Amino acid sequence: MNTIKRVLGILWVILAVAAAYFCVFEFGLPKLLSDQQEDLVFGIIILFILTPLIVLGLGTFGYFAVIGEYNDDKK
Amino acid sequence: MSNTSTKGIWKVISASSMGTMIEWYDFYIFGSLAVVISTKFFPSDNPTAAFLSTLATFAAGFVVRPFGALFFGRLGDIIGRKYTFMATLLLMGGSTFLIGCVPSYETIGFFAPLLVLILRLLQGLALGGEYGGAATYVAEHAPAGQKGYWTSWIQTTATVGLFISLMVILTTKNILSPEDFDTWGWRVPFWVSIAMVGVSYLIRKNMDESPVFAKAKKEGTTSTNPLKESFGNRYNLKFVLLALFGATMGQGVVWYTGQFYAMSFMKTVLNIDSSQVDKLLGIALLLGTPFFIVFGWLSDKIGRKYIMMGGMLLAILFYRPIYKMMYTTTDVAHKTEITAKTVQNTETHKDNKTNAEVKVTTTIKTYTDGTTHTQKETYASDKKESKSNFIININSHDEWTLIFLVFIQVIFVTMVYGPIAAFLVEMFPTKIRYTSMSLPYHVGNGIFGGLLPAISTYFVTHSKAAGKADFYLDGLWYPIVIASISFVIGMIYIDNKNKTTHL
Repeated sequence: MNTIKRVLGILWVILAVAAAYFCVFEFGLPKLLSDQQEDLVFGIIILFILTPLIVLGLGTFGYFAVIGEYNDDKK
Repeated sequence: MSNTSTKGIWKVISASSMGTMIEWYDFYIFGSLAVVISTKFFPSDNPTAAFLSTLATFAAGFVVRPFGALFFGRLGDIIGRKYTFMATLLLMGGSTFLIGCVPSYETIGFFAPLLVLILRLLQGLALGGEYGGAATYVAEHAPAGQKGYWTSWIQTTATVGLFISLMVILTTKNILSPEDFDTWGWRVPFWVSIAMVGVSYLIRKNMDESPVFAKAKKEGTTSTNPLKESFGNRYNLKFVLLALFGATMGQGVVWYTGQFYAMSFMKTVLNIDSSQVDKLLGIALLLGTPFFIVFGWLSDKIGRKYIMMGGMLLAILFYRPIYKMMYTTTDVAHKTEITAKTVQNTETHKDNKTNAEVKVTTTIKTYTDGTTHTQKETYASDKKESKSNFIININSHDEWTLIFLVFIQVIFVTMVYGPIAAFLVEMFPTKIRYTSMSLPYHVGNGIFGGLLPAISTYFVTHSKAAGKADFYLDGLWYPIVIASISFVIGMIYIDNKNKTTHL
């Protein structure tokens, strides 16, 4: 189980990076640069709230998993 | 447990739950009245823009919740649970009452949405501090091995608060004429709050501090810097992250899909009459609410993990079939129209502002199963295009089908949400419990869950514009993906028997 936890940690880090790409380039920036008021609000929330949370949070979680912080003997 | 201690904990539960329920009520009347608020506080040229702006303001209330969790969580770990959640109650009640007093956009212009936004942010801050305090307070009073059962009473408050908000709105609508409700009646549910908060404040004022916290304070073992100890310490931070990504993130989206998205879907995608939606959602919530207690109790017996993860898995698997069935149940394309009963009326009047002639054509179609479809087409002589909208009134059979489909979603909610307060409070030690459990809870619910209506509505609008046949299901991808990630993390990394149990 510990090995699965560590290997999946890499997946969480990759997911954090992928989420960063989608949140910034697919959702955030196009909305932020749009002239529409509702798009602007949506873009701000995606870029400045959701993106840092997913990227930093999930990235750190993945890192902890990779280095074995969630291994059974560490709890 | 002796009778005396049973009485004692019921007193604790009722005082905590009532206040928390009122806070949820305060928070949700804004969401339940989103459509009418959008016309009062935002420029009404474009209804979609106005609605999205309201959702954004709605989201602002959610986004600020984690900050409330940090601010009040810290206070709660330093000065105590009781005084902190009394402060949040007053802040919430005051903000809600004032929202009901803000003049409309037509009267004070830009200040109207600005004031509403500020008050909404204060509501979010208050809620961010309230829930963690109430859950911690109850858990610290509850006997060992029964935390799931006793804290599940606190878990019912969010749904009960939503239910009461719907009932107060429905009652106000029934008492007043549609014109009066639209002019001033929508403010009544906001004003009602101040009386409820007053009563709850008096009850809470006479409660004692949590025995666990009082003991820690007496022994001098409380934290001097809960924020640093919660998030600056790797050992604790890893549990905060696990609680967020393995539990509250998935729980948050399941909660908001089953209750808020279901409501928004029925009102804006299925176009069912708003009062009819409030009524059927209210019935589904009423039927589903006891299951919070059932699953909270069950989590004491078999563990928290598999109940929460089971709820997430069922939601992931069944959301699309459920919403597809909701859509087909009410879709008039599948019904037979009684053409002889079709009624059409045209009225013409002058717009007071533009002096243009406005022609409103109302067409009411009746179907063999009793469904009615009311379409209003408005044509103003100074505008090139006509505006058209419709409302459906469904028959009793379809109503019960929808109640059943929403009820199933509420059951998923009770599975993920019933045991989560006990799960979170057991994860962290007394001295940083309020801070540590509040943050993942409010990030998961406030941000991942609270943004759901805005994000899912965006997906649906986008797919509809792209001409997709099943556009109405695309809003579900957000909760499905988020809940799937949370499910995998929860299954792999969370122990069913929490080895770090601190209570």
